[in-house]
Amino acid sequence: MEIFKIKKDIPFMSYGRLTTAISLVTFLLAVLFLATKGLNLGVDFTGGTVVEVSYPQSADLVKVRHAVDSIGLNEATVQNFGSSHDVMIRLPLKKGVTSAQLSEQVLSALKKEDSTVEMRRVETVGAQVGQELYENGALALLLVSIGIMAYLALRFEWRFAVAAIVANMHDVIIILGFFAFFQWEFNLTVLAAILAVLGYSVNESVVVFDRVRENFRKMRKATVVSVIDNAITRTMSRTVITHFCTQLMVLSMLLFGGETLHNFSLALTIGILFGIYSSVLVACPIALYLGVSRENLITGAEKKETADEMP
Amino acid sequence: MNRYPLWKYILVLTALLLGLIYSMPNIFGESPAVQVTTAKATTKLDPALLGKVEGALKQENIKIDAIFMDATGVKVRFADADTQIKAKDILKSNLGKDYVIALNLISRSPTWLTNIHARPMYLGLDLRGGVHFLLQVDMKAALDKAADRYVGDFRASLRKERISYSGVARNDQSIQIKFTDAKELAKAEKIISNDFPDLTIKESNNTLIATLNLQAQKRIQEFALKQNIQTLHNRINELGVAEPIIQQQGLDRVVVQLPGVQDTAKAKEILGRTATLEIRLVDEEKSDPTTLEQASKGQTPFGDEFFMDRNNQPILVKKKVELTGEYITDAGPGADQQSGRATVNVTLDGRGARIFRQVTKDNVGKRMAILLIEKGQAEVITAPVINEEIGGGRVQISGMNNTQEATDISLLLRAGALAAPMDIIEERTVGPSMGEENIKRGMHSTLWGFAAIAVFMIIYYVMFGGISVVALGINLLLLLAILSMLQATLTLPGLAAIALTLGMAIDANVLINERIREELRNGNSPQASISAGYERAFDTILDSNVTTMIAGLALFMFGSGPVKGFAVVHVLGILTSMFSAVVVSRAIVNLVYGYRRKINKLAIG
Repeated sequence: MEIFKIKKDIPFMSYGRLTTAISLVTFLLAVLFLATKGLNLGVDFTGGTVVEVSYPQSADLVKVRHAVDSIGLNEATVQNFGSSHDVMIRLPLKKGVTSAQLSEQVLSALKKEDSTVEMRRVETVGAQVGQELYENGALALLLVSIGIMAYLALRFEWRFAVAAIVANMHDVIIILGFFAFFQWEFNLTVLAAILAVLGYSVNESVVVFDRVRENFRKMRKATVVSVIDNAITRTMSRTVITHFCTQLMVLSMLLFGGETLHNFSLALTIGILFGIYSSVLVACPIALYLGVSRENLITGAEKKETADEMP
Repeated sequence: MNRYPLWKYILVLTALLLGLIYSMPNIFGESPAVQVTTAKATTKLDPALLGKVEGALKQENIKIDAIFMDATGVKVRFADADTQIKAKDILKSNLGKDYVIALNLISRSPTWLTNIHARPMYLGLDLRGGVHFLLQVDMKAALDKAADRYVGDFRASLRKERISYSGVARNDQSIQIKFTDAKELAKAEKIISNDFPDLTIKESNNTLIATLNLQAQKRIQEFALKQNIQTLHNRINELGVAEPIIQQQGLDRVVVQLPGVQDTAKAKEILGRTATLEIRLVDEEKSDPTTLEQASKGQTPFGDEFFMDRNNQPILVKKKVELTGEYITDAGPGADQQSGRATVNVTLDGRGARIFRQVTKDNVGKRMAILLIEKGQAEVITAPVINEEIGGGRVQISGMNNTQEATDISLLLRAGALAAPMDIIEERTVGPSMGEENIKRGMHSTLWGFAAIAVFMIIYYVMFGGISVVALGINLLLLLAILSMLQATLTLPGLAAIALTLGMAIDANVLINERIREELRNGNSPQASISAGYERAFDTILDSNVTTMIAGLALFMFGSGPVKGFAVVHVLGILTSMFSAVVVSRAIVNLVYGYRRKINKLAIG
């Protein structure tokens, strides 16, 4: 079976202005949502307590609410989580009360109301730890970007490195934008997904750039634009098939992974979908705009060879 | 051109075989077990212990599935959890306090697998259930405590040298000694700077201000942390937890992981308690009703502290501490022979016994207050009258509310006090049912995703798709084997990473297959196309994997908890996928096509 039987190169670069405009709009929208709505940060980052309990029968939220209120925790949010049997209680950080005691108080209050309740998960993060996790997350993001840029600059050329990282940051911002818009909870696992997307999405750019380099060597007389167009067209089949396969796996996680992996797989899904688009239609126009040329990509050794040939 | 030298086939085969063997223990699962280890790190493991444990269980007709001894202790495996609990109780009563008896899970894999160190993957707390705590040591309290000790020391040494001073007091971490006479001050300064090299001494209007210098502060903090970790070890041993993890993190934090612990309330209470005993004298000279009355209103006489004891009687206790819990070598609950009420029986070490004897000798007829200090709050448990000099270092403390309290306090005294209070700043608890469910979820995601990819690849690339799927399967096998071998902690995000890595690893095979198709389209011969396809694709595969690797490593370095679990698997998965997608799949392709004379068409769809 073969889906992509393309005889002629598709002139992707001539759509450059259009695709860049589309990216810019989505990007700005994402930034707008981030700025106005902000991320719904989980306890990992804000600090606080989450208690997850499960009942053998459908949980009575009113009763749970009542039990939580009875110990004076009015700021708590009580909601179903996953199924009607599972309840998640979120408690904000409270000064003076050690959060360790808090979760025990909640559990014993719930037990008093209904003894069949079962503790599933308790997560308590102090304010300071939350702050640190947040900072470390940001640092990891920064480090990954720098590392990838450095590698690409070394292996290809700085123009490609900049183009690839811009394209990927665009993906990351859009994922964050989605999380802000839908107010999905942003926790450590989602952060892991985003960093994984960053590494994965760069793959795309690398594959295309690799082909661009190869084409520069083979297609001696072609223009830069047609070299890039050819590279994208030739790798398109692979790009779509690979992403499709990865998406199959992510879809499986979305369906079978339960609540904990839900947001993780959502972040990956968005990352994969936008990754296809951005690594090709954002990275390449930027590289072109920055002025990649045949000379940029010929490595030191090859340069020397050509120099030797000269009289 | 599509033939591997023999050694490459052997390499692939060896990897495959090792992968099979080392991932095998994961199939057998785990069964309930009891593990017996020595309570003190210094006690050497006695080889006779194995026989002792076996004998004790045989006597009670407990059916043992397997029993063996390793570097940490004796482990006994049982068929079910009921037998396990029974066995634990029997061993506890038979072996006594020198051993820690804990419930555990042990792999059911055959002995030959265990002998070559093939163990199942080490499951993280979110998969097996348990508690994770991050504790913050209150370093300010540790320093305050050190400063407090100096207050007493100064008084003693100034008195010894007959230097008159008007007062010693602690203000945060500096100690101020007030003098009325400048000469006395000069004398005192000389003595103090001589005797206490850890202090920096300043002088301002007839007052000496002593502060701990930086080195001393650092030393005290390091000591406090070490002491706290040791104490936590002791307390957790008392709780009976198999494979606890207690580690320093940063300068002032301790990570505690207790797999399988269900009673988190109890665990928290035992870990967080900072109880210690103090023995001080009651200020009998000022214990008249009027002074007591005034003291209750806040006008406590100098050098005294005011308390209400357990019978709600006011009591004035001297601030000077005669004896602390540090001298306790053992403590256990008991009962008073006359009243039958719960007591704590304490044994003091040699030095403690001498001090106690001296104190009791000097103060016959006076009352001695026994205080329990917890979270900076002192409580007078009891204040008996000293009838006679007490030697031998054995002290019975009455005044306990009930047996449970006596047991808890004994445990705390026995395990030692924390050098500084600790707060739980992060907690992650996962119930056992949740853990099992998480494993199931992770496995289902991976298997269904794998199946979907397999179906698609075979439809799309036919034979080469099939080979890619086999390579992907081998990738999974190798990844599981490496995770089992390294005993890296597998968490739910780690399971997600396995799935995701497989989803990404197929990229390499897609790249290769697409390349081969392209070469064929360009009119090359099938054999040449295979060769060129693999070679051309390799550069791209390498580049793209290096960038993924950079992301993985950064995650590993900066990630904590769940993120780290994800990163470990991700990084290992990239390595195995490079091998399986390039080397293994090529070996299969070579075996299928490389030895044919003539190929008309490749089955690549």
